[in-house]
Amino acid sequence: MNNQFNQFRFWAIGLATSWLALFVLVPSLMVLVTSFLTRDADFLIQYEFSLAGWKSVLDPSFVSLLWDSLFMSVVTAAVCLLIAYPFSMCLMGLPKRWRGVILFLLIVPFWTNSLVRIYAIQFLLGKKGMINQVLQFVGLIDKPLDMLYSQFAVIFGLSYILLPFMILPIYSSMEKLDFKLLEAAKDLGANATSRLLRITLPLTLPGILAGCLMVVLPAMGMFFVADLLGGSKHSLLGNVIKNQFIQTRDWPFGAALSVLMILLLSFMLWLYYRATKMSNRSGGLNDSNF
Amino acid sequence: MTECKPLLQLNGVSKTFADNTVLDDLDLTIYDGEFLTLLGPSGCGKTTVLRIIAGFEQEDQGQVLLDQQNIAILKAEHRPVNTVFQSYALFPHMTVYDNIAFGLIMHKVPKAEIDGRVMEALRMVRLEDFAKRKPHQLSGGQQQRVAIARAVVNRPRLLLLDESLSALDYKLRQEMQVELKRLQRQLNITFVYVTHDQEEALSMSDRIVVMHKGKVQQIGTPREIYETPVNLFVARFIGEINQFDGQVTRRIDDNHVEVIAEGAEWVVQTDYPFAADDKVHILLRPEDIRITKPESDDEKIHMDGHIHECNYKGKTMDSYIRLSTGTTVIASEFFDEDDPDYDYRLGQKVAIEWFTGWEVVLPYEQSI
Repeated sequence: MNNQFNQFRFWAIGLATSWLALFVLVPSLMVLVTSFLTRDADFLIQYEFSLAGWKSVLDPSFVSLLWDSLFMSVVTAAVCLLIAYPFSMCLMGLPKRWRGVILFLLIVPFWTNSLVRIYAIQFLLGKKGMINQVLQFVGLIDKPLDMLYSQFAVIFGLSYILLPFMILPIYSSMEKLDFKLLEAAKDLGANATSRLLRITLPLTLPGILAGCLMVVLPAMGMFFVADLLGGSKHSLLGNVIKNQFIQTRDWPFGAALSVLMILLLSFMLWLYYRATKMSNRSGGLNDSNF
Repeated sequence: MTECKPLLQLNGVSKTFADNTVLDDLDLTIYDGEFLTLLGPSGCGKTTVLRIIAGFEQEDQGQVLLDQQNIAILKAEHRPVNTVFQSYALFPHMTVYDNIAFGLIMHKVPKAEIDGRVMEALRMVRLEDFAKRKPHQLSGGQQQRVAIARAVVNRPRLLLLDESLSALDYKLRQEMQVELKRLQRQLNITFVYVTHDQEEALSMSDRIVVMHKGKVQQIGTPREIYETPVNLFVARFIGEINQFDGQVTRRIDDNHVEVIAEGAEWVVQTDYPFAADDKVHILLRPEDIRITKPESDDEKIHMDGHIHECNYKGKTMDSYIRLSTGTTVIASEFFDEDDPDYDYRLGQKVAIEWFTGWEVVLPYEQSI
């Protein structure tokens, strides 16, 4: 029995480890190596050491693009947060069985491919899209609004796709919040605003951070959203990377960008890890330990 | 107690949660400066009384008067009442100092005053050195004291304590009982303490309110509650008690009747206007029963039996005596190893006796 279990454990862990090593670690190392190689027009790369790829990363035009991408991701996270936080609070006010139903409804759109859903948004936002038609019909506007192919459209699309990733961690952190603490705050004279700012917000900060992490990072990589809703002007980091590999064929540069993104992700995960470690010990965050 | 004025009054308060009547037309007066304990089994409604006073629950019917003013419209955050929660409910992300200062900040107490009052509260619960700690770095007893300091620092008119000691171990609980008593005298704040622990209630309270099924069963000093329970529930809930069922045969004088119980005729003392043929319960505390040799003594009520079981309790020896009628009686005596009479063999023939007047006689209650 015990021996059987050990064997099972060996195979289960071994399989997962080799899978990750083969399809995550090795390709990542290949990307890392590629970023230090020389670009070649015919064979994509030449096995010759070069820092050209990394030099392009520091190019001012690219830095502004990176900044643009980061800006859109952060705004997306902010929009999601502003919707998700009040939403989660309202959800907490509902009876338990209703919460489950609503969370389920939140997940349902995931069953449709996100590319298809972004096409749908294209239809919604277009010059002859549903929104413009309704606004014109009602008489609020004379000529159609230019919504598609703008930063607004990209942020709209990203927020739509990524909203559940903000709601779920925030909701789960609110569910863990001890209701007695709010009662105690009330007992000590705190009104609704004080209770929110001094108790609920600090104690759900781990959820907020997790949500932001799960929105900002994917938001930078979702190139198809920028392709379909942003046109040529509004690119995400993901678009740039995709273009280096497929169109411009500058593999070392693309690889360097990918490494940069992985580093960014690691840094944010580290921040999150530190924040949650603090909160696990003390049940929350405050300015002194973060 | 008599010169004290009423601080808070509950008049005909009822509360129902989804068809479950938790409080049923409850009347209760709390006097200024007293230590009042609400005692009862779980589900008797005692915590609901506390939550209604604190403002966490709204009464369905009746009034809550504070200083003769109806406080129904007053939200919990505006009531001059503070609660020490059973789970302490300390804010985990704040230091001990910030926890205690919270109420003062919320009430916009001037900054200059806050520091002095927080430090005073910390001194009072002997935690001056722990101001910078987080709650999770404190022991259970220390967290408990922070919770008390956080409440009393606001100088409430009424301090509500919801089973506040039940999470502590026995030794610490006893220390905290003494500490609470000391604090209450020192602060001169009215304490309303909720517990299901009768020993705790007896040792701390000025008055005890025994509750059962949403109703007050008896209000009185610990001594009144223990020595003259008004019904079987109170008698059985507080301490251990022996119960005999009997029937009145005749009245002897103003406060004595003769009853027949356990096949014998007893003369018992009672203020109830019992008449012949009335059914009664006769109750006796284990410590009021003496175990003697099975020889008759006319002065006292006297019954024969044999030792069925002995429990050594350290201070006392609890003996279970099976009477010749089949009833089992518990007698509790101070253990004295030098006295040869206290060492009983199982099965040893003995008799029990007590002085007339030590018993409590109650009218017969059905279905208990």
